[in-house]
Amino acid sequence: MRLADWGYEIKEGLAISFHAIRANKMRSVLTTLGIVIGIVSVTLMGTAIEGLSRAFNETVSKIGADVLYVQKFPWFDGGDNWWKYRNRKNIDLRQYKMVRDQTTLAAAVTPTAFAMAPIKYRSLSSDGIFVIGANDQYATTFGLNMEMGRFFSQAESNGDRPVVVLGYVVAEKLFPSESPLGKNVKVGTHTFRVVGVVAKQGSFLGMDLDNRVVIPITNFLQKFSNNRRGLSLNVKAADINDLENTKEELRGILRKSRGVKPGVEDDFAINQQEMFIQTFNAIGGVVAGIGLFITALSLFVGAIGIMNIMFVSVTERTKEIGIRKAIGAKRSTILFQFLIESAVLSLIGGLIGIVISYPLSLLINQILPTSMPLSVVAIAIFISLLVGVISGFLPANRASKMDPVEALRYE
Amino acid sequence: MQPVINIKNIKKTYIMGTVEVNALVDLSVQIHKNEYVAIMGPSGSGKSTLMNIIGCLDTPTSGLYEFNGINVSEMNDNELAKIRNKEIGFVFQTFNLLARSNALHNVELPLIYAGMKKTVRHELAEEALRHVKLEDRMHHKPNELSGGQRQRVAIARALVTKPSIILADEPTGNLDSKTGVEIMGLFNELHAQGNTIILVTHEEDIARHAHRVIRVRDGMVEHDGPVENRVLPGVHA
Repeated sequence: MRLADWGYEIKEGLAISFHAIRANKMRSVLTTLGIVIGIVSVTLMGTAIEGLSRAFNETVSKIGADVLYVQKFPWFDGGDNWWKYRNRKNIDLRQYKMVRDQTTLAAAVTPTAFAMAPIKYRSLSSDGIFVIGANDQYATTFGLNMEMGRFFSQAESNGDRPVVVLGYVVAEKLFPSESPLGKNVKVGTHTFRVVGVVAKQGSFLGMDLDNRVVIPITNFLQKFSNNRRGLSLNVKAADINDLENTKEELRGILRKSRGVKPGVEDDFAINQQEMFIQTFNAIGGVVAGIGLFITALSLFVGAIGIMNIMFVSVTERTKEIGIRKAIGAKRSTILFQFLIESAVLSLIGGLIGIVISYPLSLLINQILPTSMPLSVVAIAIFISLLVGVISGFLPANRASKMDPVEALRYE
Repeated sequence: MQPVINIKNIKKTYIMGTVEVNALVDLSVQIHKNEYVAIMGPSGSGKSTLMNIIGCLDTPTSGLYEFNGINVSEMNDNELAKIRNKEIGFVFQTFNLLARSNALHNVELPLIYAGMKKTVRHELAEEALRHVKLEDRMHHKPNELSGGQRQRVAIARALVTKPSIILADEPTGNLDSKTGVEIMGLFNELHAQGNTIILVTHEEDIARHAHRVIRVRDGMVEHDGPVENRVLPGVHA
């Protein structure tokens, strides 16, 4: 068959289906209801999943789920081995340097240590501030944004400069009416110059992430010398999907640097926020699973509805099919005509569904950071067409195989 | 000269439940170009079956059917559809127009299935409608037309592909006698213009318009000969 013939058949098929659908408006609208519901759930699920994944990615950078924490103590272990862990060799700057120099999969490495200390500016002071010693990679590792100023530089970090970066809440408390930049504050008994303020981070699991200050690590080790605890090495994976490989690489470097003999178990722990990743994946999986089920179910119901009404339509139009065959319509022409009709019917349902789900997606946007992605709209249109073609096939096939003599006799 | 229709010893058997029904038993007939033939017979005679086979709506169980020298007795559905589209113009008792389409579109339909361009299609359909004097009713739908006008649309649809035969099944059966006479006048005209017309009817009055009558009974040709007391074109009895 020539391409041009298909053109005529499509045009004629479209004309016939619009005629038929217009002639049975109420019936057509009711028929598409199943598809409407199916497409609404397709688009809303797509939107919700998109939102969840965006929320996940935002949270990942906030809590550092793509960060590996090398410490003496593992996070998720009972208390029985406490003494064993405590007596392990400390993690020190030498090991940090080896990791920094040898890693290929890490995007950033920062050693950290912390202490609690009061902080003072003129007459204003704040107690119980979390003082963190870190290097210039800290901001990158934990995805910090700066409210003002900058994070301290590599030169400042290496050169033990007395500089400090304030958390948002600390800056608010000490500098209610002036810019903190360039001002000298007292952290404990030592004077530090403020070079930047971190943007508001909020809290995570009840910890106020903004009630802290960061100073260069070597400075910290000299001035807040609770070196007994050792350091924590925080390694940000370049790609969160490559977290396991990054972990393995890190493990190798650490075993070497700590002189762990082959066959002997690690004398350190590589901790990660996998608990949160797992939780998020589980939630995402459940939502996607339920969504898929509801979607598949409603599309199935919609498809049955369309198939049913197409069977009715084919039977009602038996005579018409006979006439068309008598004057030269081929089987494929009739098949095509009814396939187009059911595809159009389903597509109308799909479009109605998209129109309905757009305002609903704005509602979801109140809870999750999302908007209806164009890809979801395209998928919805494709799915409704597909459902139409599939559910129209049996009725269309029946129509195409009708015997013209009997069809013409039908009243 | 090669006949348009050459039917030789055809048989048609239906299976009704468990009983075999022989609708046609060893029937042969030849129809030439520009003949005007009436096929007559009481109901159950096999007349309708013969018409369906001639119209390529059905195929014989056995025997030979050549259309313009081409064997159509063993053609598949699609090949038959093509023959119906190009070579046969149907006119039915109940008009069989598409209710939702206007006259012009109804007449255009066979041309659409022939894959013809829109502009050419329009032109040919309009010409056919002019031919049956319905040029001022082209955009009316069947329910806005009288019975006679509807049958004219159907005739225009049959004519539009310039078929080898026009096959009319009781074309006046649903019309009052005055309109019936008008429609028969139109058939006479078409015959005079060189068309081959096959009329299937059980009314003697209608058959008398034809030149030749084939009487079918019990699935066989009972009589085949020229029409006596023919109604002459233009003389409306």
